[in-house]
Amino acid sequence: MEGRIHRLLLKIVTSALLASVLSVAAPVMAEEKTEAQRKPLIEPEIERRELIEAKIDDEDFELGLFAGFLSIEDFGSSSLVGLRAAYHVNEVLFLEAMYGRAKGGKTSYENLSGGAPLLTDAQREYSYYNLSLGFDLLPGEAFLTSEHAFNTALYLIAGAGSTTFAGDDHFTINYGVGYRFLVTDYLAIHTNFRDHLFNMDLLGESKTTHNIELSFSATVFF
Amino acid sequence: MRIRILFLFVFYLLFAQWAYAAETEQKVKVIEPYLEMHTGPGAGFPVFNVVERGGWITILKRRADWFMVRTQKGKTGWVDRKQMEQTVTASGNRVRFRDITQDEFSERLWEMGMTGGQFANAPVLSLYGGYAFSKNLSTELTLAHVLGDISSSTFLKLNLLAQPFPEWRYSPFFSIGTGYIKTRPNSRLVQALDRSNQFSQIGIGLRAYLTRRFILRMEYNGYVLYSANNENDQNEEIREWKAGFTVFF
Repeated sequence: MEGRIHRLLLKIVTSALLASVLSVAAPVMAEEKTEAQRKPLIEPEIERRELIEAKIDDEDFELGLFAGFLSIEDFGSSSLVGLRAAYHVNEVLFLEAMYGRAKGGKTSYENLSGGAPLLTDAQREYSYYNLSLGFDLLPGEAFLTSEHAFNTALYLIAGAGSTTFAGDDHFTINYGVGYRFLVTDYLAIHTNFRDHLFNMDLLGESKTTHNIELSFSATVFF
Repeated sequence: MRIRILFLFVFYLLFAQWAYAAETEQKVKVIEPYLEMHTGPGAGFPVFNVVERGGWITILKRRADWFMVRTQKGKTGWVDRKQMEQTVTASGNRVRFRDITQDEFSERLWEMGMTGGQFANAPVLSLYGGYAFSKNLSTELTLAHVLGDISSSTFLKLNLLAQPFPEWRYSPFFSIGTGYIKTRPNSRLVQALDRSNQFSQIGIGLRAYLTRRFILRMEYNGYVLYSANNENDQNEEIREWKAGFTVFF
């Protein structure tokens, strides 16, 4: 597990810094050449005759951040940010956990009547967590140029969790579709379209609300 | 100056990653007529390269039952487990990957799981972690969230589990536990107050081994919440059933 965390940290920091380094590419090129010349001197020559399975870097976990939009029924739309983690069971199935935060706006009624607000500011805070099962329905490749191909997958996902909104916790089910685009073999960009359903009886009668999420996430396999 | 330090830091990271890869790099030799390399980790991805008998490949990483490998010519692609087992190591031994089986489950130390079900008449979601003292006895810590129409509760529970027949594919277990439950009435109930109670629990359940590291789990629990009924200071009894998945390590 420590090796796994080490590798994850390395990947995250490396990916982030690679981007910043591109802006100072010129001095980097010069330095790299001298370092490259030194490389053979320190290349470790490891004689290994047997395969040690535990030493193979297995990348079944995925962790990342997401940001996007959430349309909260009756309460306008809001920006959304959160965390996403996944475990890939096999080549088609994965388990996913998500935690997200958004903020509800004013209902049309509140805007038009100018009367007392339905919720306090704290009650408009919207947060959710859920656990879902995903199915890679359409794995494939995307061709950006004749030189570059990227692995992708269109997946279906559904699960259950809890939403805290209007000061209460609500049992919530979610379902949706996502598109995973692997930029490198360990860095993925997701587009996620999801409906979150829960019952709310704030306005006098209990009704099922549909809260539509459109979000984008960047995740790292480790 | 600052750029130089930044550069050195980045170089260190890149180098560290490269060094790590070199250390974990492992090579195997193809002994069947050929080995197929796919463009991605799945049977549907097309085969774009074959490695002939006698060719060496370096294993780079693994995702579920697919292995990312590099050929001597520098081509990188994905090979499924079945074909990887048709290669030999430098000392000539056939490559074999460990199967995670039910036997591994009875030898487990740690497990983690998530379940969903009903607590009284409300949906309940829970997350738990467990540690096995022996094949038959384990302890678990559970965090649960009950999402009722008129209130929501969270509870933390510590329990002991006895599994008399750990070698059975469908293995029953018995549990006793205790913990605290905190109940928060919905915001529109003006009069109600938050309350916190200690409880004890007794339960039965069933574990069914599915595949790899996965266990299906079902359980039925009875809870006694001490002095939960505020009006006449009596205990409250609650029944719960739930089902979910467990991953073990």
